[in-house]
Amino acid sequence: MVQAAARAEPALRECAFALIEGVPPLCSVTAINEKAALAGVACGMTKAEAEQFVGLEIRVRSRAQEQSAHAALLDIGWSVSPRLEDTSEDTIVLDLSGLTYLFDSEEVIGVCLAQRASECGLHVNVAIAENAEAALVAARGFTGITAIPGGEESKYLKDLPVSVLLLSEEIAETLNRWGVHTCGVLADLPVPPLSERLGQEGVRLHALAGGKSERPLHIAEPALFFEESMELDDAVEELDSLSFLLGRLLDQLCARLAARALAAAAIRVRFDLESAFEGCTEIRADEPRRKLPPGAYERDLRLPVPTRDSKMLLKLLRLRLQSNSPAAPVQKIALMAEAARPRAMQGGLFVPGFPDPEKLELTIARIAHVVGEGKIGSPFVADTHRPDDFQMRQFGAVEEAGRNSENILLNNRQVNTKVPASFRVFRPAIPAKLEMRAGRPKRVFFQGARGIVRAASGPWRTSGGWWLEDCWQHDEWDLEIDFDLLSYIGDMAGNFLVANGLYRFYCDALRQGWFVRGIFD
Amino acid sequence: MPSRATALRLLVESALTGRVTSPFDDRVRQALETAPSAVVPVDLLTGGLPRGGLTEIYGPPCSGRTSLLISALAARTAAGEASALVDASDSFDPASAETAGVQLQRLLWVRCRNIDQAFRSVDLLIQGGGFGMIALDLAGIPPQVVRYVPLQVWFRLRRTVENTPTIFLVIGQESNAKTCASLVLRLEARAARWRQTSLNAKEVAQHAPGCLLKGGRIHAEMIRSRAKREAGAWMRRDEIFMRAGGDSTDFEMEIAGNEWCSLRSQRDLEGGVGKR
Repeated sequence: MVQAAARAEPALRECAFALIEGVPPLCSVTAINEKAALAGVACGMTKAEAEQFVGLEIRVRSRAQEQSAHAALLDIGWSVSPRLEDTSEDTIVLDLSGLTYLFDSEEVIGVCLAQRASECGLHVNVAIAENAEAALVAARGFTGITAIPGGEESKYLKDLPVSVLLLSEEIAETLNRWGVHTCGVLADLPVPPLSERLGQEGVRLHALAGGKSERPLHIAEPALFFEESMELDDAVEELDSLSFLLGRLLDQLCARLAARALAAAAIRVRFDLESAFEGCTEIRADEPRRKLPPGAYERDLRLPVPTRDSKMLLKLLRLRLQSNSPAAPVQKIALMAEAARPRAMQGGLFVPGFPDPEKLELTIARIAHVVGEGKIGSPFVADTHRPDDFQMRQFGAVEEAGRNSENILLNNRQVNTKVPASFRVFRPAIPAKLEMRAGRPKRVFFQGARGIVRAASGPWRTSGGWWLEDCWQHDEWDLEIDFDLLSYIGDMAGNFLVANGLYRFYCDALRQGWFVRGIFD
Repeated sequence: MPSRATALRLLVESALTGRVTSPFDDRVRQALETAPSAVVPVDLLTGGLPRGGLTEIYGPPCSGRTSLLISALAARTAAGEASALVDASDSFDPASAETAGVQLQRLLWVRCRNIDQAFRSVDLLIQGGGFGMIALDLAGIPPQVVRYVPLQVWFRLRRTVENTPTIFLVIGQESNAKTCASLVLRLEARAARWRQTSLNAKEVAQHAPGCLLKGGRIHAEMIRSRAKREAGAWMRRDEIFMRAGGDSTDFEMEIAGNEWCSLRSQRDLEGGVGKR
């Protein structure tokens, strides 16, 4: 609990602090750090009592923080060995057999584990022994890194207090009455009389105290789920304050990913909003079928290449949040990462340069902040005859990295002088009026101008999607128009100018009107 | 004893020490590298689109500006380069671009609502770097709006794109970049071509092959080219005619006339050729 709180708020390591739990006004202290213990704070005190200590920081216990800290601990273990036992909230056991081929010695493994834990914001005790129970006891009893040579477990453990064996209250009192205070004394007791007085538990404790207890490990499956969350005492509304907290969570998330040699392919940010706004339900534009629960805010950040650069991720998240700010102050923050293998590819020597994916993503996010979401990307022409039907997709930098020079040379040969005339689309289509004569357009009127049709090609009839709500039925005409008014027409804010040229008109049979689709240019 | 000008120069240089290196020295310009636009007559005329420079193509609507832009984008994307199109009026047609050979997965399309968004996007893209070509489409914006863009904006964009392998291409209705442009082309529509000789509706049945749109005739003129000017004292001022095809997918261009002139002797050439 203490480690989890200190991990979420590193400044707490420098001062005395206590964690409280319970429903106000019945909150009581559940955990304290060493400095608080030295100051005289004890578990079980009420919040009012704890507040009497000058300089004592009081925080509310957070289950989310503890879960994140535990997940980080597991990731640190899996970074060294896949054979890991999830013993308890604050303890894991690793099978290090055969790992000395990868690392120089067991001490090096211990140092590596402590270092990675430190990067993830945890201060851990590491103990290495021949059996799991001896290692567990040593880790509880010794601070820092301890390596116990094979066969010397009892020698190392003899000075440790019996409390490291996690005794029940009854047995602890009995041993205290007997004057048994250390593991060495307990291990020296004869087993049969101990069994008669304490039962099988006594035999087990005897083996533990002597470092002779053996048991198989319960191996946990490596999880590819990375989540960091933080519950806030006071709701945060300003983006700057929120960015500070997001940065801290992203640092932790990226440290966990780095420990597993992975990177984030996507980040999902989820906020629990203040309860005053529970009435509003958000429906996301990108996932219209999914309704978020009331008071929740969720955004996805999909990256073109997996990365664990927390600073870049923070910039991207900031830009995303600036575009779509939460509607209410944030009560809880959760960040989830979709893990993927990091990019490890070198571009070809003869392949043209491509924008750096991380930098490009940042540029795209900044532009999206200017022009709006969904207004930037790679166009993808849909497989349909519907006019002007396309989708905006993420700019495909990932696929580009895999291109080779052979394909590009091949494509270079395909470039030739045969290029079709290009078309400019008016979005939305401009309403127009057509004067028909003998079944062909003769005059056109639109944008306040009148034009004479010099030549016409059509009608080209298209229709489709009759089974859908937005079906279409168009008669298209390509028209060469000479306007009476030769000068351009258009106001300062307008986006359209009328000039002589080749236009495409269509008659929408469903809307019963004529429209200008675009111009050949 | 140093002259007054020398003393003043020393004073300015000492005041700008650490901020500006050699304020009175002429900057050495490197020769512009060019890339083909995939339209052979244009490449013959201009030597290609300059990298690290601003290319401006202007003309009235229907004059082939977009066709030239799309063919250049097709060439760059086919060469494996990433390209970006900043569309100030959201009028890009992906379907016709794909038909023209643009590899859309290598094209970043920015759909803007106004000119302000377009310039901010271009600025970010150029600063981001890595693109083979960045195109700014101002063809759908009224000229009187584009005229309000201060000249220093163009200068800043030119300075940003300098010494990069990026082609910065701008299309519009008027030339606005002035001396910031390394290459300026003016296009003009001449006539549309139809498959029929008579346009009398009574004589031609609908859907008949005779009434298909075949293309358009376009006149292009090179107004300014820094690459050609730096290559030598002589340059060729060409006018070309293009025929943009509708149904036939041909984009034909032919050189209609050549005029040889000396830049050093004719700096006031019509259209500003030779002016910096």
